[in-house]
Amino acid sequence: MTQTASMDVRLPTDPLDGAYWQALAEGSHTFQRCQNCGNAWLPPRHECPRCLASAWAWEKASGEARLISWVVFHTAFHPALAARLPYAVAVVELVEGPRLISNIVGVDDLESLRIDQPLRLRIERESDVALPRYEPVTD
Amino acid sequence: MRGKYVIAGVGHTTFGAHEGRTTISMNVEAIRNALADANVEKGAVDALFVKFPTSQFDFIYAHKVAEAIGLQPRVCSVMDQAGAGNASMISFAAMAIDAGLCEIAVVSFADNPKTGSRAGLRKPMGTNELFGWGGPVGGYAMIARRHMEEFGTTSDQLGAVAVAARGFAVDNPNAQLRKPLTLEAHRESKMIVAPLRRDDCCLVSDGGAAVVVMSATRARALGVAAPVPILGFGQGHTAWSVEQRTDLTSTMAVRSAQTAYEMAGLTPADIDVAQFYDCFTIVPIITLEDYGFCERGRGGDFVASEGIGIDGKLPMNTSGGLIAETGMPGMQLVIEGVRQMRGTASTQVPGAQTCVVSNQGGVMQTHSTLILGERL
Repeated sequence: MTQTASMDVRLPTDPLDGAYWQALAEGSHTFQRCQNCGNAWLPPRHECPRCLASAWAWEKASGEARLISWVVFHTAFHPALAARLPYAVAVVELVEGPRLISNIVGVDDLESLRIDQPLRLRIERESDVALPRYEPVTD
Repeated sequence: MRGKYVIAGVGHTTFGAHEGRTTISMNVEAIRNALADANVEKGAVDALFVKFPTSQFDFIYAHKVAEAIGLQPRVCSVMDQAGAGNASMISFAAMAIDAGLCEIAVVSFADNPKTGSRAGLRKPMGTNELFGWGGPVGGYAMIARRHMEEFGTTSDQLGAVAVAARGFAVDNPNAQLRKPLTLEAHRESKMIVAPLRRDDCCLVSDGGAAVVVMSATRARALGVAAPVPILGFGQGHTAWSVEQRTDLTSTMAVRSAQTAYEMAGLTPADIDVAQFYDCFTIVPIITLEDYGFCERGRGGDFVASEGIGIDGKLPMNTSGGLIAETGMPGMQLVIEGVRQMRGTASTQVPGAQTCVVSNQGGVMQTHSTLILGERL
């Protein structure tokens, strides 16, 4: 079991969640797709939350996404986060459908973001963990 | 069920800091006060519903409270709906009485997050903490941001909720924050998780509160002094976490309110006063929309322009709510609703005959509604 250097969070090593984080470490952001109804989801689950089937497969995300909402932390709720302040946490929706909590990076003014704006995946290493983060698409 | 059951008595501890008090002790004091208010002997109580202390989960906690008050109730349970729990337990108490399981129920809550443990408020979020995601403020800030961006809601409109709450608390001797707040002060208060400032956040408080529920018939037979009828109740559970729900700016509060209005035979236009759960200022703004007091997205306009003060279109949180009276999760709102319906509130809405109360929790995952009527 890997313990991340800065936080108390332990990366899961079970076959389900462990596979998600292992794929990120290898440079792929993945999600699950139901082999019964086609639903796509995150975070990893053993059953499809729409049709409840257990038959699913991993699929690699395209990296295209949009910003549903974001907040900017000005207070560190964990001492290890003090050096990151201020930082943006966002709800991000992949073009394939699944939503996740992530960070928005590569922006100078965190208050200048706009809901529904397009984002692109940027996998970054924080301590020894590969995190799926997003940056605004600026073209 | 309309008007068939009543809140016969209410009681609470002082609000604020209770250094060294256990949550059991505060539950007992609140129950003692509620029984005295209802003029009911302890031995007549045959049901106990308890919301467990948020700051520390404890198995069969309701039974430990029952032991502390020397009861062996016919019905006894903790129910977990986070901040919606108290209003829901009052409705479940009415249903249990209606089903013949019991006759007189006590619903109680106490917690000591101010002087005791805050472990339960930290809300560990697993690997999402790697993104710096944690604490109770972030989720509500995420909802507030979407609301502001989608509908043009402003920080000043959020501030108007806090200013109104503090305005009522000035006149409430039970309130913890009795200094008035200005919009200017709200603008200058520390940004915690943007767009939410410190003055958008509720208090963290110790205290206990309890109510006694029985049938209107029983209340008359016992000569209860000021029973307040429960005209309607409802629930709705959005359930999904903030990042999973497809709509961040409306919740199952819509269904909760519709169910309660239907039971009560009332519409929003019939409501004289509201007690809306205000753990963060964005919540009552969305509740005004979800409950039909204004159109979707116009909750900010409503609080800033139509008004939620004593002279406003809908006087709201007339004891100061979670923001200014005490940070307790919801029971103080029910108790203020009862006071308004008895005509004994510290800021009484003249002639008020109906009061709607919302309780909600998680990050708007759970929701429960009570509609109270004028005292019998």
